[in-house]
Amino acid sequence: MTTMLNVKDLRAYYGQVQALHGLSFSLSEGSLTTLLGANGAGKTTTLRAICNMVRSTGAVEFEGKPIGNRSTENVVRLGIAHVPQGRGTFTNMTVEENLQLGAITRGDKKNIVADIERMYDHFPVLKQRYTQQAGTLSGGEQQMLAVARALMLRPRLMLLDEPSFGLAPLVVRDLFRILGKINREDKVTILVVEQNAQLALELADQAYVIETGRIVMSGNAKDVANNEDVRKSYLGY
Amino acid sequence: MSAAEEVVTEAPAVEAVPKRAMTLGYGTSLVVLAALILTPLFVKNFVIFQMTMLLIYALAVLALNILTGGSGQFSLGQSAFYAIGAYVTAILMEHFNVNYALTLPVAGVVCFGAGFLFGQPALRLSGIYLALATFALALAMPQLLKLGFLEHWTGGVQGLVVTKPDAPFGLPLSQDMWLYYFTLAVSIGIYVASVNLLRSRSGRALMSIRDNEIAASAMGVNVALYKTLAFGVSAGITGIAGGLGAIAVQFVAPDGYTITLAISLFVGMVVGGVGWLPGSIVGSAFIIFVPNIAEGISKGLSGAVFGVLLFLVIYLVPHGARQVALIAQQLAAKLKKN
Amino acid sequence: MELFANQVLAGIATGAIYACMALAVVMIYQAIDHLNFAQGEMAMFSTFMSWQMMQWGVPYWGAFILTVILSFAGGILIERLLFKPLAKAPVLTNVAGFIALFAIVNSVAGLIWDFTIKQYPTPFGSSPFLGSQLISTHQAGMVGVTLLLLAGLYFFFQFTRIGLAMRAAASLPESARLVGINTSWMIALGWGMASAIGAIAGMLIAPVVFLEPNMMGGVLIYGFASAVLGGLSSPLGAVIGGFLVGVFENLAGTYIPGVGNELKLPIALALIITVLVVKPAGLFGRPIVKRV
Ligand SMILES: Nc1ncnc2c1ncn2[C@@H]1O[C@H](COP(=O)(O)OP(=O)(O)O)[C@@H](O)[C@H]1O
Ligand SMILES: [Mg+2]
Repeated sequence: MTTMLNVKDLRAYYGQVQALHGLSFSLSEGSLTTLLGANGAGKTTTLRAICNMVRSTGAVEFEGKPIGNRSTENVVRLGIAHVPQGRGTFTNMTVEENLQLGAITRGDKKNIVADIERMYDHFPVLKQRYTQQAGTLSGGEQQMLAVARALMLRPRLMLLDEPSFGLAPLVVRDLFRILGKINREDKVTILVVEQNAQLALELADQAYVIETGRIVMSGNAKDVANNEDVRKSYLGY
Repeated sequence: MSAAEEVVTEAPAVEAVPKRAMTLGYGTSLVVLAALILTPLFVKNFVIFQMTMLLIYALAVLALNILTGGSGQFSLGQSAFYAIGAYVTAILMEHFNVNYALTLPVAGVVCFGAGFLFGQPALRLSGIYLALATFALALAMPQLLKLGFLEHWTGGVQGLVVTKPDAPFGLPLSQDMWLYYFTLAVSIGIYVASVNLLRSRSGRALMSIRDNEIAASAMGVNVALYKTLAFGVSAGITGIAGGLGAIAVQFVAPDGYTITLAISLFVGMVVGGVGWLPGSIVGSAFIIFVPNIAEGISKGLSGAVFGVLLFLVIYLVPHGARQVALIAQQLAAKLKKN
Repeated sequence: MELFANQVLAGIATGAIYACMALAVVMIYQAIDHLNFAQGEMAMFSTFMSWQMMQWGVPYWGAFILTVILSFAGGILIERLLFKPLAKAPVLTNVAGFIALFAIVNSVAGLIWDFTIKQYPTPFGSSPFLGSQLISTHQAGMVGVTLLLLAGLYFFFQFTRIGLAMRAAASLPESARLVGINTSWMIALGWGMASAIGAIAGMLIAPVVFLEPNMMGGVLIYGFASAVLGGLSSPLGAVIGGFLVGVFENLAGTYIPGVGNELKLPIALALIITVLVVKPAGLFGRPIVKRV
C-alpha cells in the first residue's frame, strides 16, 4: 500500500508555547485513521499544522511531495479537505452556496452540479434545505453540510476535527456510517480526530493516540480498542 | 450564534506596552529638561514661539496617548476638544477679562465635561467605528463655531483676537519667553500627573481594559466608567493645550481647528509611539517640523513627502519613537560592554 | 406639497452622489474591514486621469472605460505595494497608512494638474429632466448609473464564482482558505473594485462639484454617512442610505428653522454618530458579534 501522508517530527508553536513535540505518523492510501487524545492533547493543532495554519517545523509529505512551505489554500488545492473544529460553516450563506464554495477551486465546472446532487443523495436533509441560510441548520445538519462541503473538493485526503462534537448519538452513528461509505466507495483517505474514542475505533482501521503533543500509542484500531491499559489511561472508557 | 450574525475576531487597536517602559530614565529626563529650560536663552523669539507650540502640541498628543495608549480607544476628533479649550480661554479673556492662567483650568474642566459626554455614545463603538464617529465630530466643529446665534461670543467666521500676556512681577522676560516658561511649567505638571495616573490603580484598570475588555470587566473593573473617564481626561488635557494655543497664536477662528489638526495629532501619536508618553514630544516635533522640511525638499510635493515619511515610519518603526529609543538603548548597552 | 415633492426630488439628485461614493466605501469595507480615508482622493485622481485623456482627444466613453480599468489596476497595485505589508498590523497603523496615502495622492494631483477649478463634461447633458428645474438630465443619468452599478454588483456577488469567493473571504477568512480561496488576493481584488467604483463616482460627481484636487473632501464624509446608515455590509443599503441622506439633508434645510446651509454638514455628521450608536449595523447590515 502506498503512503498518502507522511508526517515526520512535527513541532508546532503558539507564540512561545510549544503545542506539538515532534509528532511522526503516516496514513496509507485509502485508509481510515483516527487520532485520539484527551482535551488539549494537540489533535486540532496537528490538523492545523498539516494545513500550515499554525507555525510549525518538521516534514509533511503528501503523495511524496513536501507541502510544508505551501500556504493553507495551496495545501487544500492539492486535494486535502479539512473540516475544522467548529465546522467553519459560512452561516450567512445558503446551503447550496456553501457546497459551491467547497468546489470553488475546481476547474471542471460541468461536474459540480452533478456532485451537488451526489451530496444530496448522501445527505438528504441538505436537499430539503438548499436555499436556507446555513446558520439556521441544526448542529447535526451543519456537520453534514461541513462534510459535504469538504467532499465537494473531490479530495484525496479528508481531515475531520471532532465531527461528533455536540451531536446526538444517533446522528453521530449516521454520520460515521456515511464517512465509512465515502472512504470505501469514493476512495477518500480519511483522518478523523475524535474524543469519542469508542465510536471512532469501531469505524477506523488505524489509530494513533496522542498526549501533550506526543504520540503515545499507534496501531490497528482493533488492537488499540482491546488494549485495556491504553483505554483506561488515555481514552477514558 | 444565530444565522445572520457575523463574527469578527478583532485585533486590539493597539499593542500592549510594558509598564516599566512607559517613561524615560532619570538621567535622560534631566537632560531633556535641561535642554528645554536652557535652549530659549540662546535662540530668537520666533524659535521660542515654535518651541512653545512644540510643547502645546506635545500636550495634545499626550492627551490622545492617554486615551489610546491607556484605554485602547481611538480618536480622530481631538481637534474638537482643542477648539473648545481655545474658545473657552479666548472668550473668558476677551469678554470677561479673566486672567489667562485662570482660564486654563476652566478650559480643562469644560473639555473634561465635553469629553465625558462624548465618551458615553463612544462606549458602544470600537475600532474603525469610533474613528469614524470622532472624525465626524472633528469635521463638524468648525461649522458649529461659525453658527449665527453664537456669533456674539465666538466672533463667527472672524474669530477673536487674544492678547498676549506680559511676564508678571516685572520679570525681565519677553512675552514669548515668559509664555514659553509658563507653558513648560504647565506641561511638566501635566506630564508628571499623567505618568502617575497611568501608574495608579486607575491607570492599571484602564490598561486592563485596553488589553482585554471582557476579561477586565470579569475582574470587576467598571469598564463603562473608566472608558468615559479616559475620554474626559484626554479631552480635558487637550482643552488646556487648546487654551495655551489660543494665547500663543493670539487668535482663535473656526478654520484654525479643522480635521487637519485632528489628523496631525493622531499622526503625532503614531510617530511618538502609542502609549509611550515621552514620545509625545517627538510626535509633536514631527507634525510641526516635517511639513516644513517637506516643503523645503519640494514645494509642490510637500504633502507627498509627508505621506512617504509617514509610510516609512509605520513600516520601519511601527512603534514609533519608542522603538527608536529602545534600539538606541540597546546599542548604547552594547557599546558599553565592548 | 409641491415644495415637499420638489425637495425630495432635489434630495434624490444629490443623494445619487452620496450613493455612488457609498458603494465604493462598502466595497472596501467588505474586503478589508476598514474605512479607507483616502478613497475620495483616489477617486479624484481617477477623475483627473479621465480628464487628461479627454484633453488628449479621447472621446468621453473611451476615457471613461480606460479610467475604470486603470483605476482597478491602480487599486490592486496600491494594496499589493502599500497595504499588504500592514495586513496584520493594528487598526491604528492602517489608519495612519490611509492618512499617508491621502496626503500623497492629493499632493501629486495638485502638482500634475494644479489647484485651479476645471470644468468636467457630462455625457447626459444638463438640461432640465422631464421639464423639472430641480433635477437635470445629468443628475437623472447619475441616478441611472448608480442603479446599474448596484445591479451589476448584485449580479457579481450572487451569481459569479469569484463574487462568491470574495464574500466567503470577507465573512470567514479562515474557512475561505480551507476551501482553497486565496484570501489575500480577494483583498486586492476588493481594493481594485472599490477603486474602480470610486472612479465612476468621481467622474459622475465632477460635473456637479467641478474638478479640483480637493473636490472629494466633502463628498467622502457623506459617502461614509450613507454607508453607515445603510449598513456597511450591504451595497443595496449603501445606495438607499445615500438617497436617504440626500433627501434628509434637503428636507432638514427646508423645514427645520435655523438650519441653513451651514448646518447641513453637522446634520449629516450627527446622523452618522446617531446611527452608529443606536443601530451600528445600519438599516440593512448584518449585526456584528465580537469574539474575544
Ligand atoms: N490559539 C492558541 N493559543 C495558544 N495556545 C493554544 C491555542 N490553541 C491551542 N493551544 C494549546 O495547544 C495545546 C493543544 O491544543 P489543541 O490542539 O486545541 O488540543 P485538542 O484539539 O487535542 O483538544 C493546548 O495546550 C492548548 O492550550
Ligand atoms: Mg481540538
